[in-house]
Amino acid sequence: MKSYKSIFFQIIIILLFICLFGFLINNLIINLIRTDLGFNFSWLLKPASFALAEHALPYSPSDSYAWALFIGWLNSLKVIFVSLFLSTILGIIIGLSRTGNNILLKIFSSFYITIIRQTPLLLQLMFWYFVGFLGLKNNFIYFSNLFKINNQGIDFFGLSLTSEFSALIIGLSVFTSAFIAEVIRGGIISVPKGQWESFRSLGLSERNGLIRVIIPQALPAIIPGLTSQYLNLAKNSTLAIAIGYSDIYAINDTIINQTGRAIECFIILLLTFLILNLLITNLMETINKFINKKKIYIN
Amino acid sequence: MRKLLSGIAFLSLLITGCSNSYQKDTSRLDLIKKRGELICGVSGKIPGFSFLGINGEYKGLDVDICKSFAAGILGDSNKIQYRPLTAAERFTAIKTGEIDILSRNTTFTLSRDSSGGNGLSFAPVVFYDGQGLMVKKESNISNIEDLQNKSICVGSGTTTEQNINDVFESKSLPYTPIKYQDLNQVIAGYLQGRCSAMTSDRSQLAAARSGFKNPEEHIILKNVLSKEPLSPASDGADNKLADALRWIIFTLITAEEEGITKGNIDEKVKLAKNNPQLKSLRRFLGVDGGLGEKIGLRNDFTINVIKATGNYGEIYERNLGEDSDVPIPRELNQLFKNGGLHFSPPFN
Repeated sequence: MKSYKSIFFQIIIILLFICLFGFLINNLIINLIRTDLGFNFSWLLKPASFALAEHALPYSPSDSYAWALFIGWLNSLKVIFVSLFLSTILGIIIGLSRTGNNILLKIFSSFYITIIRQTPLLLQLMFWYFVGFLGLKNNFIYFSNLFKINNQGIDFFGLSLTSEFSALIIGLSVFTSAFIAEVIRGGIISVPKGQWESFRSLGLSERNGLIRVIIPQALPAIIPGLTSQYLNLAKNSTLAIAIGYSDIYAINDTIINQTGRAIECFIILLLTFLILNLLITNLMETINKFINKKKIYIN
Repeated sequence: MRKLLSGIAFLSLLITGCSNSYQKDTSRLDLIKKRGELICGVSGKIPGFSFLGINGEYKGLDVDICKSFAAGILGDSNKIQYRPLTAAERFTAIKTGEIDILSRNTTFTLSRDSSGGNGLSFAPVVFYDGQGLMVKKESNISNIEDLQNKSICVGSGTTTEQNINDVFESKSLPYTPIKYQDLNQVIAGYLQGRCSAMTSDRSQLAAARSGFKNPEEHIILKNVLSKEPLSPASDGADNKLADALRWIIFTLITAEEEGITKGNIDEKVKLAKNNPQLKSLRRFLGVDGGLGEKIGLRNDFTINVIKATGNYGEIYERNLGEDSDVPIPRELNQLFKNGGLHFSPPFN
């Protein structure tokens, strides 16, 4: 009897959801008709006629909108993956120093985490860009032509990064690293104290014990938290528009203005981010499964 | 199963029901009158055009145009709600009906005017502008060719972005555009030395320069990159509102042509009422002819407009004249009879 009732309620809830969704789509379609903006993707092949400061592949303003979007997508990926890498390293260092025994490191890392976590990312990006990079003098750091930092960006052994890209990478990495550090600290704390005592009694060094005993047991608690920080990082990368970096969101913004195709552009944007984030989630899921299997094996 | 089926049937009914009940909207002109308030989209960040003053009130040429619309439609220039909009938001705001009219230094172009593009309708031009480039005096840049391979700060989502590209591409000059969303960021990027030049409409460059610490250290290059006729806009599907806006702008221009000002309007009305032989003045001021009714306004709407803001020349002097905070020479914005481009069709 009880199960019938619960099934009945579930069906009602599903129907309500379908109704709501149907209403929203219906509303969208009516408004599209009313404003004479039917769905149309043919504009994607027209020439973009705007230049881009940064492009990983050859691009000229006579290339199509689709190609411009793809270039923007590559620019986004570049930022996301570099910051993903940097924020993980920085996060591990900060997280470990917060759980470690060195008092100076401990104070420094909690100070870092407190400051970074309590201020908005947009503000931090603006700070890194307008104060951090654009505030620099023309010859701030200069070692011949090999290594230069000034208000035009960073030149590093022939690799030149613009100030927009550098500020975005630093801002995103620093911001995300504070959150990752907390995730890592949480994971390490979740390992019972007895484990520390046992590896010490076995005569393992602190470093060896941390790497071989504590971290493998902390990882299952760390990975899910890490995944959500990575997803946040990918989404936060759209704030690039605030500091003049041409990521996919900024390029979309320009295209909306030129073509007036806001809904199509947002659908494209939505799908690209959905696909990227699903990829990140799945990758992390695989790593998680692998670690859990290994744990059983160790046990 | 039956429940599910009937649920789906109900849902499909709901959807078809909705689409059938949909009707074409009535004109926004009636909506504005019913609401008793005009919702006007402005920038809010451009001195001389629309800028939030110290007393918390919007000021500028674009704002005065809003006021003349409110005076013409509602008879009261204070019944306005201002909505500050970014360049990227403005067209969506009109199409979704969030604002009634857009008075935000918007360039009149084919794709914005057409139903296949942004689907707007433009009122007559209220400011003839052109795109320019501003550089630092010490940089010794004196023309476009000197900017080869340099970075240029530009606002994204504007015609500016396309124009600069067209000019540099046609001359086969490589350059690096640094795009910001907001004019204030463009200015910050330029002042902090990220770019060798910044580009925008020449009026905006002059307005921006007036706020710099040392305005004399910056020069606006002689090259004019484009035509930028700035116009107020409304929804392109709404002819009634567009007509009303068009003739309110022409009211401002005709008033200047005829020498009717905020100061002498009462005299002129008296003159028109007492002299039946002054046919064209009587028609213009709504004493005869019933012209206002034809565009859905009161017959004496012209009087309300001139009383509220004065004629076009007065609006210009107040916001951009020699004694204002942002002096811009009138040049193209003179009346046609004085060598400029402003001209009004007859009120007949």
